[in-house]
Amino acid sequence: MTGDVFNDFCIQAATVNGSGSQSSNLVITKALHHMGIPVAAKNVFPSNIEGQPTWYDIRVTPQGYQARKRTVDILIAMNPATWERDAANVRSGGAVIHEAALPRFGEADRDDVSWYPVPFARLAREQLDAKPDLRKYLQNMIYVGVLAELIGLDPAAVEQGVRDQFRTKPKAADLNLAAVRVGVDYTRENLVKSDPYRVTPMDGTRGTVLLDGNRAGALGSLMAGCTVLAWYPITPSSSLCEAFIDYAERYRVDAATGERRFAAIQAEDELAAIGIVLGAEWAGARAMTATSGPGISLMAELTGLGYYAEIPAVIFDIQRVGPSTGLPTRTMQGDVGFVHTLSHGDTRHPVLLPGTVIEVYEDAQRAFDVADRLQTPVFVLSDLDLGMNLWMTAPLPYTERAIDRGKVLDAEALARVTEWARYRDVDGDGIPYRTLPGTADPRAAYFTRGSGHDEHALYTEDPDVYEANMDRLRRKIDGARTLLPAPLVEESGNRVAICAYGSTHHAVVEARHQLADHGVETDYLRIRGLPLHPAVAEFIARHDRVYVAEQNRDGQMEALLRQELPGELADRLRSIRHFNGVPIDAEAISDPLLAGELAQREPADDRAAAAHHVPVA
Amino acid sequence: MAIAIEKLNRLGLNRDDYKGAHTTLCAGCGHNSITNHIVKALYDSGIEPHLLAKMSGIGCSSKAAAYFVEHAHGFNGAHGRMPSLATGAKLANRDLAVFGISGDGDTASIGLGQFCHMIRRNLDMTYVVEDNGVYGLTKGQSSATADLGSRPKRGPANRYEQIDICALAIELGASFVARSFSGDGKQLVPLLQAALAHRGTAILDVISPCVTFNDHDGSTKSYAYVKDHDAPVNTPDYIAPQEEILVDYEPGTVQDVELHNGSHILLRKVGDDHDARDRMVAMRLLFEARQSGEIATGLLYVNPEADDLCTREALPSRPLAQLPIEELRPSREQWDALMAGLA
Repeated sequence: MTGDVFNDFCIQAATVNGSGSQSSNLVITKALHHMGIPVAAKNVFPSNIEGQPTWYDIRVTPQGYQARKRTVDILIAMNPATWERDAANVRSGGAVIHEAALPRFGEADRDDVSWYPVPFARLAREQLDAKPDLRKYLQNMIYVGVLAELIGLDPAAVEQGVRDQFRTKPKAADLNLAAVRVGVDYTRENLVKSDPYRVTPMDGTRGTVLLDGNRAGALGSLMAGCTVLAWYPITPSSSLCEAFIDYAERYRVDAATGERRFAAIQAEDELAAIGIVLGAEWAGARAMTATSGPGISLMAELTGLGYYAEIPAVIFDIQRVGPSTGLPTRTMQGDVGFVHTLSHGDTRHPVLLPGTVIEVYEDAQRAFDVADRLQTPVFVLSDLDLGMNLWMTAPLPYTERAIDRGKVLDAEALARVTEWARYRDVDGDGIPYRTLPGTADPRAAYFTRGSGHDEHALYTEDPDVYEANMDRLRRKIDGARTLLPAPLVEESGNRVAICAYGSTHHAVVEARHQLADHGVETDYLRIRGLPLHPAVAEFIARHDRVYVAEQNRDGQMEALLRQELPGELADRLRSIRHFNGVPIDAEAISDPLLAGELAQREPADDRAAAAHHVPVA
Repeated sequence: MAIAIEKLNRLGLNRDDYKGAHTTLCAGCGHNSITNHIVKALYDSGIEPHLLAKMSGIGCSSKAAAYFVEHAHGFNGAHGRMPSLATGAKLANRDLAVFGISGDGDTASIGLGQFCHMIRRNLDMTYVVEDNGVYGLTKGQSSATADLGSRPKRGPANRYEQIDICALAIELGASFVARSFSGDGKQLVPLLQAALAHRGTAILDVISPCVTFNDHDGSTKSYAYVKDHDAPVNTPDYIAPQEEILVDYEPGTVQDVELHNGSHILLRKVGDDHDARDRMVAMRLLFEARQSGEIATGLLYVNPEADDLCTREALPSRPLAQLPIEELRPSREQWDALMAGLA
């Protein structure tokens, strides 16, 4: 065994869902964060309430990498159903903390890892004064103590973690702290450390908080002045809506009168959710919904109506695998192509692609402004990994800036206009002026309908009028190219580049370091919105090969790029896809990229063609 | 030459101010009669045109939203989705008088889910179903309100049970349920006025014969059939707020229901006593009418005390759409405390 490994390893807690292990895992995560050690947490959970296997990966790195790591260094094995396979996955030289009653046989019987058997059930029964129904939860808190003692977690940080977790329940905090102590004491008296993994305090988390993307999206919506939320529960988006309701109840309820300055409607389905949003926006309120792929499917028709009738709306799509029972609790970037042109006919919607928690917060606010400015539905595309996992992030900055409600004519403004037509392009940007119901001017009224209307919103099937309107809509949406954030570019004159978007970002950061270690220096482009910003094509033109990394099977973003780019630039694209439901890791990018580059250096070799799906001419 | 003196309503508007675009429906369509009754009811009640939101789904009926009150905003939504659009509009601006026009396909088939949930929430709106038992725009398919055994213009008699929009609405807890006939303005106009005054979902199922596809012998929604089987349970009179009740009536012959805005609907009893405040009685009435083949019309059920959606959501009196951003953001102190708690 080599020397000690400080602050650079991955802990995996393999438990049964519904057993309260989430609290234990959060305590560990927070304790590490309190010690100043950069931490990344990934919850890989089943579509189930209770009794199915669930895994929680807690990764620490001095560099602060936030992507998932493929290998496990320390396993906490609490689930008899998966324990053999879980133990087989541990890296050679790693450690396994496990319930002593679990038999060691088959794949789990290996001598290249350190075994730490702990009689969790017996300890909970004999040493904790708790009712039997609480014991299963406390068993899991005992493993916090065992781990703390083995890797050297600061007891004060652990206590703080427990107090954070049970902030409103001091009695529960005390009981859980007692469970932690049982684990610490048992370890001291019975186990001998033989693995290399240790933590030591560092200064790597100062000024950061732990937050999930969904709460950031809720806070962004709150700050944007969203007053109407309509939603239908669906994992992994529900927590965004529930967080919005929590915060609105905290900050938007008049203490004296009980009046609520928001409405949150749990709709009967996603058809109604988007309908309520469009109705509210039509009448002048900022409104949003959050859903995932199956809900997006149901929203297709009304999103199209919103596009043609030119009604703002904000739709969060927290992407997951699906439909039906298709891995609903696993992550993917599978809706990019779908949402951008959702609905039938020539629809095209602005899409924001946040890659970090702060960007979810900023894009949430931006989405309302863009929707109002362009008078059209806008999507914020997040995913289960970004939305539901805890990320280390700078605190979200308070917003004081004014909001942009776009071209709305109130009675006063209307009085100054000689002739107003709802769908007339006055400013040459394709964006007409709108009025809201309730505007006290007889000229304000118009009749909202689908695509068959003239400038005055009157029904027509005239081919020329229809075509002119469609051309105007295209001009309008084209304006989003520069209204949405420009791509983030890290460039130092390399010939090879990586292109990514959304949560894939974090694996790219790490993959670029790995590639540099192998002598492959890369530039990096991160797309922040659709339709594409002109800087995307310009960047690609400056590189020989651009590897587009994304979390879906068919390379949806790569396909969108090919659709837009001239053939000469499209030929420079290579595709890297990861689509197994767990968050992408750095090797999923660096391995195929390295293979592609090696093949490139041997141009006569057929491997060049095999390295990526694009046939080499 | 005599000059016609136009009668003005309480807002100083004349009846023409409540008219809309020229109808494109078939000549003789029951929906056009209903449009005229709607114009009269809105005019008589003195509804502010700019505060009226005309909502509809898709179908012949839904086109009618364009045929009244030109100077009101209107929204011809998607098929069966009007209730959700109306819900959003009302939540955003509770000052709006939300008036929906739907049909039997839009309400009882593709939009049945939204119709039910709108009623559950008691959204404050007037919801008119122009019910002809047939799909007009797609040329004559039977709808879900076509009676079992009713004969379409072509093909065999309807083999399936009908959905009774009024019975369903009462079952779901609707707070105002009426049935009427497009040809009976005397009954329909006061019902519409009461519906506008009612705070909550007011459902009016108005039988409206389709002259092109469903006005033949064997249909239970033809003019002739409806006239023969119309069985009014009460004759409504609408008395506006602050208006004196001048109607003479024998004690015990009228049920007087005060609505939320202080108006009254007087229900003159016809035939057997019907208590429009009693949900069970209303359900029984509808089941019995169905068994006897009659069409029970009038105000079937009303509960003026039920809280509407905006009340249940405790919305401020000022519309959400008009709240300034400063009232919607937490303070900087609250924000800093929130962020500190995440560290």
